[in-house]
Amino acid sequence: MTEYNFAYLDEQTKRMIRRAILKGLAIPGYQVPFASREMPMPYGWGTGGVQVSAAVLTPEDTFKVIDQGADDTTNAVSIRSFFQRTAGVATTTSTSDATVIQTRHRIPEEPLHEGQILVYQVPIPEPLRFLEPRESETRKMHSLEEYGLMHVKLYEDISRHGHIATSYAYPVKVEGRYVMDPSPIPKFDNPKLGDMAAIQLFGAGREQRIYALPPYTKVVSLDFEDHPFEASKADHPCGMCGATDSYLDEVIIDDAGGRMFVCSDTDYCEARQAAGHMGKDNGGKDAA
Amino acid sequence: MYVAVKGGERAIENAHAWIAEERRGDTDIAELSIAQIREQLSLAVNRVMAEGSLYDPDLAALAIKQARGDLIEAIFLIRAYRTTLPRFGASEPVDTGAMACDRRISATFKDLPGGQVLGPTFDYTHRLLDFKLAADGEALEAPSREAAPGDVPHVTDFLNREGLIEEAPHDDTPPPDLTREPLEIPAERALRLQALTRADEGFTLGLAYSTQRGYGRNHAFVGELRIGSVPVEMDIPELGFSVEIGEVTLTECETVNQFKGSKIEPPQFTRGYGLVFGQTERKAISMALVDRALRWEELGEDNVGAPAQDAEFVLYHADNIQATGFLEHIKLPHYVDFQSELELVRKLRRKAGAQQVQEAAE
Repeated sequence: MTEYNFAYLDEQTKRMIRRAILKGLAIPGYQVPFASREMPMPYGWGTGGVQVSAAVLTPEDTFKVIDQGADDTTNAVSIRSFFQRTAGVATTTSTSDATVIQTRHRIPEEPLHEGQILVYQVPIPEPLRFLEPRESETRKMHSLEEYGLMHVKLYEDISRHGHIATSYAYPVKVEGRYVMDPSPIPKFDNPKLGDMAAIQLFGAGREQRIYALPPYTKVVSLDFEDHPFEASKADHPCGMCGATDSYLDEVIIDDAGGRMFVCSDTDYCEARQAAGHMGKDNGGKDAA
Repeated sequence: MYVAVKGGERAIENAHAWIAEERRGDTDIAELSIAQIREQLSLAVNRVMAEGSLYDPDLAALAIKQARGDLIEAIFLIRAYRTTLPRFGASEPVDTGAMACDRRISATFKDLPGGQVLGPTFDYTHRLLDFKLAADGEALEAPSREAAPGDVPHVTDFLNREGLIEEAPHDDTPPPDLTREPLEIPAERALRLQALTRADEGFTLGLAYSTQRGYGRNHAFVGELRIGSVPVEMDIPELGFSVEIGEVTLTECETVNQFKGSKIEPPQFTRGYGLVFGQTERKAISMALVDRALRWEELGEDNVGAPAQDAEFVLYHADNIQATGFLEHIKLPHYVDFQSELELVRKLRRKAGAQQVQEAAE
């Protein structure tokens, strides 16, 4: 495919996006407006992540795309093949081999290392959006560090349900300053956001915002002293690899209520199985 | 037995092959040509050009063919193509006063310089299905006459001479570019108009209609509606003067709105403005009404809380490519989020159930 520039976007656009990324890295957690372009995939399907990936990819990179933790979900396949066609970069499903990982809704189980970039697709970058629909207001709230509304919301959850009733896109505070939406990852993944060795970039195409976490940034999930944040997952081991420390999908296997639990991170699960770990639905020697 | 989902790639390829087959339909029926779409579905082509923000009837016709007639999908194809085009510069502002009008009507004056020209309009057709078209109809030729010589002056200029309508001062500030800068609120009028001209026709129509029904009523008269072609000129730096590089068909609507005056403005008529690519008059009129509604602040009117007065609401939701993408993305897998919600609901139910048991015991 020769009719488009490397990684699809023209160099001017990439430069504009890189500037936004650098600004984002300089002010961790701050949402930088950028002139998002129409991409050849729909808004809401990862156009922010795709633009960020296009701006950071170099021909030497190895690219991995996951959606819901899996490399072979249809939209991950589609985005990966887009960059195969337009950038000709090497692709992989291995978390440790990838230099750039674009993700939707998950952080890989395997800890990332220095030199890697994790690019998140973000639908609604504004953590205060569902408390205040107006962008003009929420930007003001961020600049005044006025986050009382968010604490009231979390408090109301506790008074009504006994605990905070947010299970994904759980808000975090970055370096004691900006409240940030970590994208719709399950709150199980929140502890991985902080102190990560890799660069984390967040792209919201339709909403025209980029934000970032430089390596080893302090990221704290919002909570209260008497109701500390708790990362939760299904209380089972993986049926395929027996892992007890990974986030699990629940899979319905018959029409009589039968179900099994399996790692949402396919690379993690397959690597464990290749190393000989077998869960109870898979030969079972690691059945817990 | 659970098998991890594989073969997403093959599923996608097959889906593409299937949609290509469906697009063609029954192969015993002759295939549509781009020229047929361009010539015979020209209003669809116009809408795609207007909302795609790219004036190219052949590309718009191709997009309509590729999208199987789904106009929002066609607009999307054009937008995605448009962003890849290099920019050589900007044209001079077009002069709609020098428009070669196919249609020009005023609802505020019975007759006026330049005359009332109905042009090719559906307005007074009776909406009866024409079964002759179902058979092979022969080409009809409309009677014609020489166009009246001279420019067709704008109706609002007549009112302006009497000072009855607000001034629209000449302003040479380069307008912001919605496609190169992120939309930020508050948005000045030039930016709002830019967003409205490419806004979804249905959304704009609905908003305009809501103002007529009282949600921010602004008493609009169609001062003038004109459709025709205007020359596009571009300054060529090497030459030092501008040259005509082509022409485009535009629809322009200027509304004249009743206004009793406010704290900051005297009683006078005020303006709403619509300018859209192609013959797209429903859109141009809607745009003018919404433009006028959004001007409440600069005219010192009250904000009555109507949706059409709310610039942030209107501008953030008017783009059908943004809207359809985000709406349809909920088709994508959300198992991870759903799983965490499942666990949360189970936990909440356990707690509620335990409470009920306890209450029953008490």
